[in-house]
Amino acid sequence: MQNASLSLSNPAPMMTTGRQKLALAISGVGILLLLMVWAAGKALAPVPTSLAALVLITAGIALFIREEYVARPEGIKNNGIWFRSLTARGVWGWLTGVVITGFYVSLYWFPQYLTGLIQLFDPLSQVLRGRASDQWFVYGVLYTGAVLLMGAKFLYKYRHNPYQRIRTWSVMLFQLGFSFLIPGLLMRLQQPEIYFTYWWPLSYYQGTPMAHEGYSGSSLGTFFFFFGLAMFFIGTPVLTYFFGKRWYCSWVCGCGGLAETAGDPFRHLSDKSLKAWKIERWMIYSVLVFVVLMTLLLWANVATGRSILQGISEPFYKTYSFLIGSAFSGVVGVGFYPLMGSRVWCRFGCPMAAWLGIWQKTKSKFRITTNGGQCISCGNCSSSCEMGIDVRAYAQKGQDIVRASCVGCGICSAVCPRGVLRLEGE
Amino acid sequence: MARPNGCLSPFRRKHPYKRADAKQAHHLDIGYWTLDIGYFHRVFMHTVILGNGVSGITAARHIRKESDHQITVVSDESEYFFSRTALMYVYMGHMRAQDLKPYEDWFWEKNRINLVRARVQGIDFAAKTLHAEDGRAIPYDKLLLATGSVSNKFGWPGQDLAGVRGLYHWQDLEQMEKYSAGLQRAVIVGGGLIGIEMAEMFHSRHIPVSFLVREKSFWSSVIPPEESAMINRHIREHGIDLRLETELKEILPDEQGRCRAVVTSRGEEISCGFVGLTAGVRPNVDFLKNTGLDINRGILVNEYLETNIPDVYAAGDCAEMRQPRPGRKPIEAVWYTGRMMGEVIARNICGSPLAYDPGFWFNSAKFLDIEYQVYGDVPAKLPEHQATIYWEHSSGKKSIRLNYDRQTGAVTGFNLMGIRYRQEVCEKWLRDGTTIETVLQHLGLANFDPEFYPEHESELIDLYNRQTGKSLSLKQKRGLAGVLRFLVSE
Repeated sequence: MQNASLSLSNPAPMMTTGRQKLALAISGVGILLLLMVWAAGKALAPVPTSLAALVLITAGIALFIREEYVARPEGIKNNGIWFRSLTARGVWGWLTGVVITGFYVSLYWFPQYLTGLIQLFDPLSQVLRGRASDQWFVYGVLYTGAVLLMGAKFLYKYRHNPYQRIRTWSVMLFQLGFSFLIPGLLMRLQQPEIYFTYWWPLSYYQGTPMAHEGYSGSSLGTFFFFFGLAMFFIGTPVLTYFFGKRWYCSWVCGCGGLAETAGDPFRHLSDKSLKAWKIERWMIYSVLVFVVLMTLLLWANVATGRSILQGISEPFYKTYSFLIGSAFSGVVGVGFYPLMGSRVWCRFGCPMAAWLGIWQKTKSKFRITTNGGQCISCGNCSSSCEMGIDVRAYAQKGQDIVRASCVGCGICSAVCPRGVLRLEGE
Repeated sequence: MARPNGCLSPFRRKHPYKRADAKQAHHLDIGYWTLDIGYFHRVFMHTVILGNGVSGITAARHIRKESDHQITVVSDESEYFFSRTALMYVYMGHMRAQDLKPYEDWFWEKNRINLVRARVQGIDFAAKTLHAEDGRAIPYDKLLLATGSVSNKFGWPGQDLAGVRGLYHWQDLEQMEKYSAGLQRAVIVGGGLIGIEMAEMFHSRHIPVSFLVREKSFWSSVIPPEESAMINRHIREHGIDLRLETELKEILPDEQGRCRAVVTSRGEEISCGFVGLTAGVRPNVDFLKNTGLDINRGILVNEYLETNIPDVYAAGDCAEMRQPRPGRKPIEAVWYTGRMMGEVIARNICGSPLAYDPGFWFNSAKFLDIEYQVYGDVPAKLPEHQATIYWEHSSGKKSIRLNYDRQTGAVTGFNLMGIRYRQEVCEKWLRDGTTIETVLQHLGLANFDPEFYPEHESELIDLYNRQTGKSLSLKQKRGLAGVLRFLVSE
């Protein structure tokens, strides 16, 4: 019962079939193509190369899905997640973490090293946006691709579960439509690049005077500025009252979308200890306070004629932008998936999640109910909670679960072997 | 954790209006003050609990809630409490060993529950002392025996060979793991809950499994034939070699004394490197025999879970009720009864006696991918005085069964496969003796499946209408609001 792994031998090789290995190899070659272009710093034949990468990665995932899910009876598929190197913080897990983290560092601060990838997706950018590619377009393509492909995998993994299917279709379509196609088309139409599902304070820039001024020439932009504020002050409390914060976090949000699809294989890595919960509460509400102060300072600066506060508000904004906007939500938020689970940012940092959580905790019909005395304290629910909630602690006492952090993904209910948990929103 | 009233001092000011609340036996009036004698019990009593399974630990937690007893929990099996029912998930790689612990390690010290790792080989009831194998003596004022079960062995030749194990203890899991390396085939003997778990475990690692079941159909002594047939199909769908009406005759050894094959009652020899013996469990009481403790199959206890020896109690798998409640078995080796007994024991040890009343029978399990729940009485063979209505989904993986009394129509049991029902709702219907037709029309209230799952209750009603010529319809769909209204209604 110590921390050592149970296994005397590593059972993982036995659990991976030949076809699965082939599938991983095919996807691996596709990913390797991208890595080579990244390393080479230039893309010689962007169209065939990007198509080849896309086809290979997709084919590998499709074969994996077939072998892992379609060829077997439908049900919970968590066999071996704590044995496999990638999903149990083994060598592959660390390596993946380092590569993703490195990509984000490059994306935010050293885009010159992404030249190859930017060239690679230039044809697609021309088609969609009518303009040259940049690092953010590369990011959008890879992000959306990950949500769609891993979303497809998730759809098959939970094909027996309508709640999971519908929810996953939702995050996939929101990502594809509102975070990729529509902003791209808006740019083609010479409109501001608007992401309709990101509002202040998650998109901290949206609430600033700079955003307001930036939209001044565009009626769509001005509409979106006030729409974002309305979603914060009215939409969030009302929708959260009826549905809990899941209406956003696990159905709409792009960060949540990536966590629920590409991040799903890592959900069990979140820390379930009481200590982690304490840290979480300090951190997430601190970020909320930080973003509110930052935004108020910026507006106060405008109100005072950009004089006395100019020297404070600007650095304050830049500090937030660097520490929270880039380092936390991007680099740590996704780069640490294979080490700390898929919701590090959502759990410890996201100010929007904090705001939603306050309403969920205090004024919402959403809760997870427990079914009488049927809990056997097995721990599958806690284990699969990406937000690190010790669900079992409530279930074994027969208590309803009302927690600010719960994003309503519903996996605890899905994996429960005794039918104990149900997400309820009347 | 809340401290009990009166713990801070044995003296309490008399409350002029609430005399009835005070437990007279434990209070002594001294003028204006009441001396709470129970205080001394609560503070200076040393309760020792033998066994850190769910019964023992539930008792320990509740004794702590109700008293300031010194509490010592003794276990040979593991340092900390873990969920025995989840052992399979560690082998399958869904969880790590530490994830089975329902409480973090700091919990025990914080709640002043002293954990002792020792193997107790004998108990001197006269001297109120436990004797451990390593020579330690542990004195007690009150003793709870919660020693659990051991796997049944029925004298099969070769049953003690290396690579032959049941699945109950942590050590059993370690052995399974040890023999899994390079394993070509495992044979599981015994068609019950642990048997199918073990089959699923090996299957999860792509180790071929032959599953020997004595009965004509899986678990057919407990669940009705249709449900049993569903599980047969499902086991085979997974590619597990299910052999019905097949018993173990003997286990053959290789030169190293490890099992190499089994011989079945049909005379077949199946070569295998591991044999899982899962033909039920029996109380783990052998070391307590001939000590003056009344033991039949388990430790005999009355309805307060007291043994024949003063200050000694028993709970969980190892306890046998002298007079079980009507319709209940004297030994019920399931998680839920173990937990309920632990709560009752705490009350009895802390001096506010409570008889053990487990309420309506309920249980649940998961057979590979098919969940199972039962509320009330749904026997394998339908009794004369009962009628049943059984609906099965076209997929053959979901079913609903309602049993009811032929005379009164009162519903007597719910059996669910692949569908979740709400315990509180089913129990209210059982308690109220609600008739089958009322239950059917409101059956949506019981549905506990996740949102967007199809609701099949109206299909069950259609079936009932076809069978009886009635024309009932569903009046209540799934949903918490209706449930809450229903549960508070008369």
